Parts: sequence; structure tokens; C-alpha cells
Amino acid sequence: MDRVMRMSSEKGVVIFTKSSCCLCYAVQILFRDLRVQPTIHEIENDPDCREIEKALLRLGCSTAVPAVFIGGKLVGSTNEVMSLHLSGSLVPLIKPYQSLLY
Amino acid sequence: MNTTSTHFVSSRRFEIYEPLNQIGSMWEESFKNNGGMYTPSSIIIPTNEKPESLSEDTSHGTEGTPHKFDQEASTSRHPDKIQRRLAQNREAARKSRLRKKAYVQQLETSRLKLIHLEQELDRARQQGFYVGNRVDTNALGFSDNMSSGIIAFEMEYGHWVEEQNRQISELRTVLYGQVSDMDLGLLVDNAMKHYFQLFRMKAAAAKIDVFYIMSGMWKTPAERFFMWMGGGFRPSELLKVLLPHFDPLTDQQLLDVCNLKQSCQQAEDALSKGMEKLQHTLADSVAAGKLGEGSYIPQMTSAMERLEALVSFVNQMYRILTTRQAARGLLALGEYFQRLRALSSSWATRKREPT
Repeated sequence: MDRVMRMSSEKGVVIFTKSSCCLCYAVQILFRDLRVQPTIHEIENDPDCREIEKALLRLGCSTAVPAVFIGGKLVGSTNEVMSLHLSGSLVPLIKPYQSLLY
Repeated sequence: MNTTSTHFVSSRRFEIYEPLNQIGSMWEESFKNNGGMYTPSSIIIPTNEKPESLSEDTSHGTEGTPHKFDQEASTSRHPDKIQRRLAQNREAARKSRLRKKAYVQQLETSRLKLIHLEQELDRARQQGFYVGNRVDTNALGFSDNMSSGIIAFEMEYGHWVEEQNRQISELRTVLYGQVSDMDLGLLVDNAMKHYFQLFRMKAAAAKIDVFYIMSGMWKTPAERFFMWMGGGFRPSELLKVLLPHFDPLTDQQLLDVCNLKQSCQQAEDALSKGMEKLQHTLADSVAAGKLGEGSYIPQMTSAMERLEALVSFVNQMYRILTTRQAARGLLALGEYFQRLRALSSSWATRKREPT
């Protein structure tokens, strides 16, 4: 879906979330701890919410939200992000987007 | 799977009830089958009476209840029929007594069996083996779908712990002896597969009753005390317990383990905060009285499932360590949990101070 493609290819870390989703919150906390400020797209109150969810699933995300894109590429949902981080492969991906401060 | 010294008892209890049920219905059946032919008084006979006396009773009975036999024939006209009926009475009463004797014997043996099992149970608890602490043997007919799923999970978990204990003993024996890296590798592989099996079991059970899994009801109390987010431990905490067992670590390994520990802590913190948020929103919904369909329960279930992410922690450790280190780590881990379980049971049975 066009909107999803456009939104996901924004620079840096992009996360599609729903305000009611606690795992979305968890993922945001993680990136914050890693000194990254992701672009958050809250889709719950979006009129195209259903369409966006379907598009995210079709792109290969295990659950529609949270959907994490880094540098325009889909990383995945909570599972994928956590696994990547444990294997030490997440930090290299986000390095260009990490704040030097705090 | 050997079941001779099974430390999980529920299935045994069912075994006892089964034959008793059968005997009971057998007893019933015998009454039904021999229903019409004799009066009740000929059945209720003390067991030590001889069959001969039965015929006397029946003949008295004949005098006392002539109307029964009038329907068939008078005494003078068909003596053989009477005799045959009397013989059948005797036979039936004899069989009745034998069945009763067998039934009572079965009760006695079952009673002894039960006592023996309860002793075994206590012994097992002392040694820290898993013993079902929540099985309701009174509810033999599970009408509730949820509880039967959970009972099934508890039984499966009991078997899992048995197998776990066996693997730990094997690891211990093997590590103290001479063993090739390849053979050790096989044991380590099996141990890992065993843990993954547990994760799968938990995930499936969470689908049935997520609160049950999240509150760790199937675990021993001491394990529950240290529990984090649905029946497990914080991997970073586990790492602290296991680290000394990995010595000596190469510099590269040490670096890798430290990095893993840090990313683990970060992942754990993020997930914990997410779970807190879920609890808050859930509590708010309950307070506001609006907990309907499509509410937060499904979220909890998926949160539970997403904890698979931490399964990858186990994978990561596996990647970093040598086979021998992994074996030692698994042994230490297993023993740690065994000790926790033993702590639970010894705490539960401690002598209380007189007040």
C-alpha cells in the first residue's frame, strides 16, 4: 500500500504502533534505551487503520503492530527486534541514527 | 519412558479409582441380572453362612410368601421346578458372597496402595522432584474445557520435570567421567531441545489460560518468588548464576557474554515496562467495568507468546559457549532449579514454632 511504503521509507527508525498495544510500548522503550528516536506512526485512529494493518502483514511482519523499519527496510515485530538485539545485530543497524548525547 | 518410579502421582490415583468403579458396577450388575427370581431376604445373608442354611431360609420363605409360588405352580405339582429355583438361589447367593469378598479385598489393597503412594509422594517432595500441587482428583469428570487443558499441561510438565532430572543426572555423571566432545554435544543438544519443548508447552497452555501461565501456578512456591513475566527467570539473572561455571572463558567469549548480558537487560526492561503498561490499562478497564470482547486479554496472550523472543537468549548463549561450557552451564542451571524446588518443599514441611 502506497501510504505504508511512503511512511516506512522515511529516514531512520520507523515504527507503526497502536496506542493500546503494550508490546509497541516495549519496543519504543528499547529504542529509547538505545539512544534512538524513532518516528512513530500511530495507526489506531487513522481512517485507513485496517488497510495499513493488512499491508504490514503482507510485507511480512509477524504481527501488524509493532512494525519496525530501519532505513526503509522491514526488520519485523517484537520477536524479530528482540532476537536481533540479543544476537548483537541490532546496534550496528541503528548506529547511524543513535544520539551521541545522553 | 519408564514409569516404574514415577514421581508424579495423579495418573496413579486415576488408576485406583478405575478398578473400584469397575467392581462397583459389577456389583450393581449382579443384582440387576438376578433380579426376578428370589425375594430380597435371600440376598442379605451374612457371608459366613453356609449354602445349606440358605435352602432352609428359602423354604421358610416359601411358607411365608406362598403368593409368589402360586403364580408359577403349587408345591405338589412341580417339585423339580422348585428344587431348581432353590438351587439357583443358592448359587446366586454364593456368587454374591464371593463377589462381595473380592470387592472388599480390592478395597483393602487399594487402601494400602494409596498409603504407599502418599509416602512415595512425601519422599519425592523431600528430594525436590516435582509433585503435582494442584491436581483435583475429586473432579474426575472434567466438564470445563479450560481446566482439562490445564490439567493436561500440569501432567505434561510433571513428565517434563522427570525427564529433566534424568538429564541432569546423566550430565553430572558424564561430566565427571571421560567423555568425548561429540557425545557431550549430543547431551547438550538434547537438553536444549528439552527446554524448547517446555517453551512450546507454555505457549500452548497460555492460549488456554493466560492468567494461569502468567502467575506461574504450576511452579513450586520458591520458583514463583523469583519468577519473571510468565513462568521464567530473567535471563540476565540466570547468567549471573551460571557465569562462574563457564570458567575459563576466552577474552572474546567474555566480551560476547558481557554484550549479551547488557542487551538482555535492555530487552528485559523494555518488555517489563510493556507488561506494566498492560497491567495498568487492564486494571483501568476492570475498574471502569468495561472488559468486553476485543479487550486486553488477547493482548496478554500475544504478549506471552512474544516472550519467545527470550528463547533466542538461550540460542545466543549456545552460540557463544563451547560444548563443555554449555554442558556445565546446563547442569548448573538444572541443579539450581532442583534446589529451588527442594527449598519449596522443605519450607512447606518445616516444623512450626509452638506459639
